[in-house]
Amino acid sequence: MALKTKTSTRIGVTILGWGIALWLFFPIFWMILTSFKSEVQAISTPPKLFFMPTLSSYTEVFERANYWHFALNTVIVSVGATAVAIALAVPAAYSMAFMPSKRTRGTLLWMLSTRMLPPVGVLVPIYILARNTHLLDTCTGLAIVDMLTNLPIIVWMLYTFFREVPAPILEAGRMDGATRWQETTMVLLPLALPGIASTALLSLILCWNEAFWSLNLTSSHAAPLTAFIASFSSPEGLFFGKLSAASTLAVAPILVFGWISQKQLVRGLTFGAVK
Amino acid sequence: MQAVLEHSPPAGATVQTAKRTGFLLLSPSVLILLVWSIVPLVMTLWYSLQNYNLVDPTLHGFAGIDNYWYLLTDPDFLHALLNTLVLVAGVLVISIGGGTLLAVLYDQEFFGRGIARIMVISPFFIMPTVSALLWKNLMLHPIYGVYSAMMRAVGLTPIDWLARFPLMTVMMIVAWEWLPFAVLILLTAVQSLDGEQREAARMDGAGPIARFRYIILPHLGRAISVVVMIETIYLLTIFAEISVTTAGGPGVASTNLPYLIYSRALLQFDVGGASAGGVVAIVIANIVAIFLVRAVARNLEA
Repeated sequence: MALKTKTSTRIGVTILGWGIALWLFFPIFWMILTSFKSEVQAISTPPKLFFMPTLSSYTEVFERANYWHFALNTVIVSVGATAVAIALAVPAAYSMAFMPSKRTRGTLLWMLSTRMLPPVGVLVPIYILARNTHLLDTCTGLAIVDMLTNLPIIVWMLYTFFREVPAPILEAGRMDGATRWQETTMVLLPLALPGIASTALLSLILCWNEAFWSLNLTSSHAAPLTAFIASFSSPEGLFFGKLSAASTLAVAPILVFGWISQKQLVRGLTFGAVK
Repeated sequence: MQAVLEHSPPAGATVQTAKRTGFLLLSPSVLILLVWSIVPLVMTLWYSLQNYNLVDPTLHGFAGIDNYWYLLTDPDFLHALLNTLVLVAGVLVISIGGGTLLAVLYDQEFFGRGIARIMVISPFFIMPTVSALLWKNLMLHPIYGVYSAMMRAVGLTPIDWLARFPLMTVMMIVAWEWLPFAVLILLTAVQSLDGEQREAARMDGAGPIARFRYIILPHLGRAISVVVMIETIYLLTIFAEISVTTAGGPGVASTNLPYLIYSRALLQFDVGGASAGGVVAIVIANIVAIFLVRAVARNLEA
């Protein structure tokens, strides 16, 4: 393949590929860089690329707000919502993929259509329901809402994964006298595991970054990282150092997680939704 | 494109049990989604017909269609509706168009491709509040932003992007978040394309543009459907980016429907009016959904 490509083309592709990558990544790079500047360095004009790094912004952020409180809430909500959604979606997707009926297609499209309801359309009732059931400003309440908003997409992704499991493999198992339960746990699940994993990854990312419900349904007790960062927005507008440090702290876990798992995410998607 | 493998249900006497099992497995998800989609909807409909303002308890009772009348005759509403559609369409065009080109680019082999890809995909992992703050302050701030510094360096006057072009700037920020998702999906699709097929086309003397047009593009249909589907769902409900950067302003220049309803409900405490807005937003989302599902469903089912 590379043999016939002209050298000039390859140099062009390399420059273009790196140029665009650096340009798109630049804001993230700059955020991390600024988080290690003092407030004076952070707003110096022209902006400094080289400077004496300091941890003062981080120290101040940790003094002002309890980062771990927000981070823990985010982890609890994301993991909880994802776990429950997967537990509900696996049987549903299994049923749709392997026991299809006349209504399967319609049910799936209806599920997806519930996801298209703009959250703001039901903001008032959900807020009032959450208040009346004492779920307002609790991790449970936010996790339930996150779970419900992601469930349709999770069912749909799992459904496409299950459908790609070759029927002959399952049939071979059945010929050998495997029960449906054995067939499911010993043949199907191992095959579908990458798909389930990447669905869970996507759900985790979406929950971690969810802003609308997080900002509207929590205030202090259950406030996740999206709220943590919003609290640094208006009054701290010009304190770029602290703002960057807080932002870096809010995105670092999921960014690193994303980098590590992106192969898995892509592999899962190749196997299922995209082919 | 995809092997069509029908999983035939077990034959004969077991059909009945299989049906029941299938129903039992499916029902928990269906039930809670049913409750989730109907209860709040009915409540919204109910509130939308009431005079209900949290700061004015003297005002209550049945309002009929007053709330809708005020909303639909409000010029802000039309503006917000238009802004919503512009945002969805603009970001979709950027992320599908740009995503396709970048997918082809990052499919080429070059030095350090793996790292470059990770860098391109990274913005997708950044939460909306953070990316909005990043762009607003570190990048586009008219005095201290990096972009302003660059413009000054080449002798131009820095532009206060969010004040001058609020909607376009919000669109760019949102596109920065969702372009990587499109690249992720489309790149995967391009890579699953049979290498031999591409090589054969090259041998036959097809130029790069012909190869792209006749081999790669038709192959991407399903992946593009996936991107359009998932992105539209999220783009219809953009909120954090607007709330953090412009708060809908100046005026209503960058207010979309979700933000308009939010400001009615939680800033003006007009529950009735906000609910009417909610109902309208749901109707619009359904209109979009009908078109979308019809266009995309064929590809999704494959």
